[in-house]
Amino acid sequence: MALVAAGFVVTTMLLTHLLGPKRKTKIKNEAFECGIESVGNARTPFSIKYFLVAILFVLFDVEVIFMYPWAVNFRELGAFGLWEMFTFMGLMVVGLLYIIKKGALNWEK
Amino acid sequence: MDQIIIYKIILCAIVFVVTLGAAAYMTWGERKLASWLQDRVGPDRAGPFGLLQPIADGLKMLFKEEMIPTHSNKWLFILGPSFFMLTACMTGAVIPWGAGFTIDGTFFPMQIADINIGLLYMLGVVSIGVYGIMIGGWSSNNKFALLGALRASSQMISYEVAMGLALIALVMLTGTLNLGEIVAQQDADYAYIVYQPLGFLIFLICAFAETNRAPFDLPESESELVGGFHTEYSSMKLGFFLFAEYINMFISSAVMASLYFGGYNFPFQHELGLEGNLLSAIQTAVFLGKILIFIFVFMWVRWTLPRFRYDQLMNLGWKVLLPLAIFNIFITGLVMYFTGKL
Repeated sequence: MALVAAGFVVTTMLLTHLLGPKRKTKIKNEAFECGIESVGNARTPFSIKYFLVAILFVLFDVEVIFMYPWAVNFRELGAFGLWEMFTFMGLMVVGLLYIIKKGALNWEK
Repeated sequence: MDQIIIYKIILCAIVFVVTLGAAAYMTWGERKLASWLQDRVGPDRAGPFGLLQPIADGLKMLFKEEMIPTHSNKWLFILGPSFFMLTACMTGAVIPWGAGFTIDGTFFPMQIADINIGLLYMLGVVSIGVYGIMIGGWSSNNKFALLGALRASSQMISYEVAMGLALIALVMLTGTLNLGEIVAQQDADYAYIVYQPLGFLIFLICAFAETNRAPFDLPESESELVGGFHTEYSSMKLGFFLFAEYINMFISSAVMASLYFGGYNFPFQHELGLEGNLLSAIQTAVFLGKILIFIFVFMWVRWTLPRFRYDQLMNLGWKVLLPLAIFNIFITGLVMYFTGKL
């Protein structure tokens, strides 16, 4: 499937490169900023919040992935597994509450 | 054995073509639906009822000038949309499109890769899709594109957590990550929507956010960010970004239909007295029908609801859906424990 898709993508990219007209000018290839001459480039610092969200995602996603094997074997693990995982999830919720209280997810301000 | 391999390759090609065709005609469907909802005519020039419009659009994209901005990172700029398209096409491999059929005693399953970690594969490929947007937006070296890419990726990863948690509650019921088995279980039992209404709702909302569809289409909110992460793109590269969104929509509809709505199963299918290949063909048709209904919901919502504000979006993801998903797991666990389904 991946091969079929990759083949399609590469072919189409080549085709569009070959077929389209090529009339390039210096102004045309500038970054688009609503028709005004572009100011500086986009390699500027951006809001730290995005980075914070990414870090939080890594934390939570690891926890979620950790829960998949448990969910698959949920029936075999029985009550013991259930309470163990509830403890783990309780800790996760405390973590989430801490993040919210800390204001890490506040966007307005 | 060789027979099966050749068959798989053919099935690959068929699924790929069907996915692309469906996505192409979804663009037409969306425009027709929008025009219908807004009391307009919609595309009607190319062919009867504008039915050739997607082909015309595709060819137009192909023949347009390819622009690569001077200050962009050239290879990454090309890699972005390619990657996005690639991952969008790859998810279709694990979806069971039908029960399979028998010819001369050989059984041909209607699933390309019957892997036991189907769900994980799906989540993994979806997460890789974020890179396509991020690479594309960043390498454009354009402020609008950068902002759009940042928004898109932080939105997608935020909703992925809630999506994963909603799926965990489902996996607790199924006890397997194999999509084929999950669908087969819903033949013997009720469809899982009956047991997981909350989980489905969370999954649905996350699917909207993952595919960057309205009301979560902030990455490309044209009134503030021009075109979002694809501001600098032209020709087929732009086409890939837009097209992959439709493929993602098609695939996530298929995933929702097979996880929560019984996949290719339909009520009273064994009472019809049909056997083998005929039943299997009807099942595939029913599955495609379910997908169509979901696609309709996607479009209906897009032309009905206004867009969220960015902080509202983040609050919904982290402060509403995430706790709700955890709550859903608690409830599922407790109910299964006390009703003895454990």
